[in-house]
Amino acid sequence: MPALLIAEHDNATLDLQTARAVTAALAIAGEVHVLIAGHGCGAVAAAAARLSGISRVLVADATPLADQLAEPVATLVVGLAGPYGALIAAATSCGKNLMPRVAALLDMMQISDIIAVDGPHVFRRTIYAGNAIETVQSTDAKQIVTIRTSAFPPVDGQGNAEVVPVAVAIAAGPVRFIENRSARSDRPELSAARVVVSGGRAFGSKEKFDALLGPLAAKLNAAIGASRAAVDAGYAPNELQVGQTGKVVAPDLYIACGISGAVQHLAGMKGAKIVVAINSDASAPIFQVADYGLVGDVFEILPELARLL
Amino acid sequence: MKILVAVKRVVDANIRIRIKPDGTGVDLDNVKMAMNPFDEVAVEEAIRLKEQGIASEIVVVSIGPAKAEDTLRRALAMGADRAILVLHEAHSEPLGVAKVLRAVAIEEAADLVLLGKQAIDDDANQTGQMLAALLGYGQATFASRLEIEARTARVTREVDHGLQLVELPLPCVVTVDLRMNTPRFASLPNVMKARSKPLMKKAPGDYGVDLTPRLRVLKTEEPAGRKPGVIVGSVAELIDRLKTEAKVI
Ligand SMILES: Cc1cc2nc3c(=O)[nH]c(=O)nc-3n(C[C@H](O)[C@H](O)[C@H](O)COP(=O)(O)OP(=O)(O)OC[C@H]3O[C@@H](n4cnc5c(N)ncnc54)[C@H](O)[C@@H]3O)c2cc1C
Ligand SMILES: Nc1ncnc2c1ncn2[C@@H]1O[C@H](COP(=O)(O)O)[C@@H](O)[C@H]1O
Repeated sequence: MPALLIAEHDNATLDLQTARAVTAALAIAGEVHVLIAGHGCGAVAAAAARLSGISRVLVADATPLADQLAEPVATLVVGLAGPYGALIAAATSCGKNLMPRVAALLDMMQISDIIAVDGPHVFRRTIYAGNAIETVQSTDAKQIVTIRTSAFPPVDGQGNAEVVPVAVAIAAGPVRFIENRSARSDRPELSAARVVVSGGRAFGSKEKFDALLGPLAAKLNAAIGASRAAVDAGYAPNELQVGQTGKVVAPDLYIACGISGAVQHLAGMKGAKIVVAINSDASAPIFQVADYGLVGDVFEILPELARLL
Repeated sequence: MKILVAVKRVVDANIRIRIKPDGTGVDLDNVKMAMNPFDEVAVEEAIRLKEQGIASEIVVVSIGPAKAEDTLRRALAMGADRAILVLHEAHSEPLGVAKVLRAVAIEEAADLVLLGKQAIDDDANQTGQMLAALLGYGQATFASRLEIEARTARVTREVDHGLQLVELPLPCVVTVDLRMNTPRFASLPNVMKARSKPLMKKAPGDYGVDLTPRLRVLKTEEPAGRKPGVIVGSVAELIDRLKTEAKVI
């Protein structure tokens, strides 16, 4: 049976994580369809049709789906679920919000945040903040799975899938969307960046966090990340948090500045190809996962690093 | 308004877990356990709503082993009124837990059900969403701010692109993130008082729920470690190694 992958998008653009989720979906099922649920999302459907390996794009375009709230989208997905053997989404905040609702409505268990597909019903996922890896087998009739996209490469854009509109007879749900707020940034998106420069509590203020990490990130064309302590202290907005309860990233280069390396932080960046740690405490646990460590003061090292790059 | 808060007993967040050498799971013998940190935030939020005169009663519920009574007593010591322990010694999954919570929420006629966004043992991030689905309620997940006015919950959610503001009518399900509040410590007198607060023991069968897992855990293993790195002596050396050795810049 084919798999249905629920795409991540904002009605205007297809999120890059979808291309990674397609790779996982193709490992689960031979045939993959992509669902675009939203409103005014024609451009997203066209982009999804180009994802290599998928054979069909279903477009559910209707006002009650505009904000992609879990209640109406779950009703839609459950209505479409019949012919599919697997229902899949990226483990983004949207996917995490939606998929358990779908699973419960179908009376099935979900497998969250998988990092590998070992067979059509067998998956690997991390537990305990990445300190253990479980191999689990689903016994349900359908596989309901969210994908840790940092663990899968993206498919390319050589495809040419058919685009099929689906009729939507769904009322608005009980939740009323009011607004989205995001901190404006000209830096690349954290989950898509090749280089991430991340800061912790050491910076002491938002001004210093920005003043020290900004120029370095600009030189490296890097995204900026943060520890929970830095976000809690208001140095960085919540969308920059890396870790067990933030984003999981796997860039080519992750530079951890003034971050101690708590297990909950490591859970979000241990998959990076190269880790650099800059910390004044030579015994900080971050050095245990670092390929290159530099012991010293971020206030001295970061300006020098930005200057010499 | 009545609030139901779901609390899970998990391995303390500061403990480094051990995996059983035969790969059959995580070794929980003699390990320090605690209330799931997100659930502490949920209990704290419920207490604040009661202190503001918005909530009238707080019921806490846990599905777990007899020892989960400690976790519930802790919630009572923080300020919850009553506890329900649904005894289940074996491993449970979010779907089964959500089914029990559904029955309890209906029996208690809860106006608001608060849960943590995620349990730090299974890292599932499912139960609240599943519960909302089973109850047919609206859900507001990953909440960092909650205001209740005229039977409407106004919730700020932490999402990938920042914050999202939503409104939903009661009854509803809200799952909380750590930034919502800082949970209070229970004072010694309150810990003593909590011992005599009502705690009802139940079985999953009392709610007609079968907690048999749907997922089979085939293996639990240590993640691959990273290879040891080097301490470099200067910024110039770092840049050189990143360019010529690691080839990432
Ligand atoms: C349930 C739960 C979930 C969590 N989820 C997350 C998560 O998703 N992400 C996350 O990051 N954390 C998370 N945490 C928090 C985590 O446990 C740590 O508290 C947090 O990561 C610490 O952040 P930090 O390293 O910035 O601060 P600290 O631990 O305070 O470390 C600061 C570091 O900066 C160094 N330093 C100080 N001054 C300087 C200087 N001038 N130059 C160089 N170095 C300096 C210090 O030596 C120290 O190592 C979670 C915790 C819990 C309980
Ligand atoms: N066994 C349990 N007993 C009570 N509440 C639970 C239990 N398991 C999960 N929960 C609640 O569901 C939330 C999310 O858990 P999970 O879906 O397992 O990540 C937790 O923070 C708790 O509020």
